[in-house]
Amino acid sequence: MLPTNQYPGKLIVVEGIDGSGKSTQIDLLTKWLRRQGRSVYFSEWNSSELVKSTTRLAKSEKLFTPTTFSLLQATDFADRWENRILPMLKAGVIVLADRYTFTAFARDVARGVDPAWVRNLYSFAARPDMALYFSVPLDVAVERILSARAKIKYYEAGMDLGLSDSKTTSFRLFQQRIVDEYDRMIHEFGFTVIDGTQTVQNQQKMVRQLVRKGLQGWEGLPNPAVVRRKSWRKKIEEVASTLNRRDEQ
Amino acid sequence: MKTIEFYGAGFPYHPVSELPGSLFVLEGTDGVGRSTQITLLRGWLEGEGYAVSDTGLNRSPLTQPGLDAAKSGHTLSRLTMSLFYATDFADRLENQIIPALKAGFTVLSDRYFYSTIARDVLRGADPDWVRSMYGFALKPTHVFYLRADLPHLLARTVHGAGFDYWESGMDIRCADNLYDSFVAYQTRMIEQFDRIAEEYQMTVIDANQPIDDVFEALRRAIRGLITQEGS
Repeated sequence: MLPTNQYPGKLIVVEGIDGSGKSTQIDLLTKWLRRQGRSVYFSEWNSSELVKSTTRLAKSEKLFTPTTFSLLQATDFADRWENRILPMLKAGVIVLADRYTFTAFARDVARGVDPAWVRNLYSFAARPDMALYFSVPLDVAVERILSARAKIKYYEAGMDLGLSDSKTTSFRLFQQRIVDEYDRMIHEFGFTVIDGTQTVQNQQKMVRQLVRKGLQGWEGLPNPAVVRRKSWRKKIEEVASTLNRRDEQ
Repeated sequence: MKTIEFYGAGFPYHPVSELPGSLFVLEGTDGVGRSTQITLLRGWLEGEGYAVSDTGLNRSPLTQPGLDAAKSGHTLSRLTMSLFYATDFADRLENQIIPALKAGFTVLSDRYFYSTIARDVLRGADPDWVRSMYGFALKPTHVFYLRADLPHLLARTVHGAGFDYWESGMDIRCADNLYDSFVAYQTRMIEQFDRIAEEYQMTVIDANQPIDDVFEALRRAIRGLITQEGS
């Protein structure tokens, strides 16, 4: 249901449950691409200012239903899509997203909303050029989260679903449902699956290989900080000519 | 409500089997006198012994503070506005309207999601996308479209709250001043509403008439419907 990315930039996203190691991997990837002199933009889930106060209120007062949770997250994402991601894609930048629409598809459906409904909700956003799914056994992910964090939050644990009175049990059950949804999406959206139990370096090696292959023969927006003077002029002229072509249309 | 139907999937995680109340919706552009009529209907229905609950747009405790802030700063785009209003509507539907219907109340809704569709589509939203988004919405017992023409709307606006930034469509700059923008925007809104009223089989009430006549028309229609529901 997501339209193909028609913009000059590249969109690469990572997905996976909490504790799957995806954030570590995308952080390393971002730094690697920057060091190569690429124009890179990094975007995180749940980070728009527009709905922040509403989300905070709803979380503290436990006001969310699965539908309102889903719609508010979509509002947040739409704001980020329009004001951050889309302009960067149009400019020819590599956009790296830590979680994308698939996080909503997995979590919201795990909460019981209709799968087709939530997919339609996000149909304004482009399908990524590459979606890397970090797959780990549930126990590994839960162990990582429980040992790293002092306290799991109410909605994070899926406590609103009434699966269990214990936060830890609820968290585990909720995450299992999310994993089931991700598994269903591997084929639907053509995820590239990365084995998240491998060492960080091995995973990163694989990620870089995939990205290198994906970017072959593609230039994107030049970065003024790294390009040498001669080739800089040539590259800027290329950008200028695409802009002119667009004006003529 | 005799039959419980949704426009799409509804709320799959929370199935409802019985809603003994009735849901009546008053739709129409700004200034057609919806809230006046709701006050009158409420008084009448309560006199008849019905428990009445009324609800309006952007009154949800979840989204009101956020919406007010976003509107005042004009930071809402067409897309985020669509989604934010849908959040508000879903909250009111799940937490106010459906519980009231469960408890057997007659619910009078000042607008439903139809107005939001009209407004979003005028701002360039994909009509199918917006309709699917409201797939969680419950089909009301009956919808009335209070239809007033532009001269009547103008008179009511001037003698009412005055020209408002949003109600004049200034966010999409229909014209460079409030008056011309209001005229252009509301003309297009009426066209949208006419189309939507047909699509959703609303009963059209001529809202150019005096308040008492509009009330009488509504009362007659609702009386018939309630007797049917109760039988």
